[in-house]
Amino acid sequence: MSDTFLPPSPELDIAAAARMVVTLGHNGAIGAYYVAHGEDWAELAIDYRDDLVGDAESGVLASGPIITLMDMATSMAVWIKRGVFRPQATLDLRIDYLRAATPGRSVTGHGECYRLTRRVAFVRGYAHDGDPADPIAHVAGTFMMTDEA
Amino acid sequence: MMTRALSLPPYADFLGVAADRDEAGVLFFRLGFAAKVIGRPGFLHGGAIAGLLEIAAVGTLLDALAGETGVSVKPITVTVDFMRGGRERETFAAARISRLGARIANVEAFAWQDDREKPIAGARMNLMLRRG
Repeated sequence: MSDTFLPPSPELDIAAAARMVVTLGHNGAIGAYYVAHGEDWAELAIDYRDDLVGDAESGVLASGPIITLMDMATSMAVWIKRGVFRPQATLDLRIDYLRAATPGRSVTGHGECYRLTRRVAFVRGYAHDGDPADPIAHVAGTFMMTDEA
Repeated sequence: MMTRALSLPPYADFLGVAADRDEAGVLFFRLGFAAKVIGRPGFLHGGAIAGLLEIAAVGTLLDALAGETGVSVKPITVTVDFMRGGRERETFAAARISRLGARIANVEAFAWQDDREKPIAGARMNLMLRRG
């Protein structure tokens, strides 16, 4: 039967595509890079940069780059879980800052897609600056598929 | 009345956000279009729009606090709603302080492009104030 035929390793394609996508546009501008992924999650990171600072006095990174990182990591988690790159748009994203990111440290964003319907994807994730057990932020959000009316 | 200058963080320079005031003296913010704010092809990145909203919310709050010395603000929660795709052109944002308390400030920000009545995104920020 034709439906028993397995496509050639989608795992490798996703990692390669993720590595490429993060270099483009705004993701590339904040210096995002691919770290790892699993069957329903993706991890991206950004290195600390002076021009991404939101409070010159404390040197703490702005919220914007963290949101960009988490938006991309969770977005990628949806593509991975679905197994295809379908166009989608973020509907909403909430970030809770548990503590300030330590100036000088890289920030890793872990995004997970925990529920997928035909038109909506539900995501969650966290960001940490070295120790996943001591996260700097938690996120929750949704994506809408944009290729359906 | 003298118009105070608002100092924006390094991230605002990186993103390409500038602060301005309308005829009534109300603050608004503009994000210039550039390749560095693009997300999926043809649209602004949600993270760049969220960055503009954050700068508008924090900037408007700091402006309201400008009479005080030694006060710092720190975001606790940020919720962003994306309503329309941001197209490849200049984007504006303004914020309104819903409540300015002793320890917490609740701020709402909106971003728009061609028509202020048709926002492309909105954000609610709850921030912690540290005085002295």
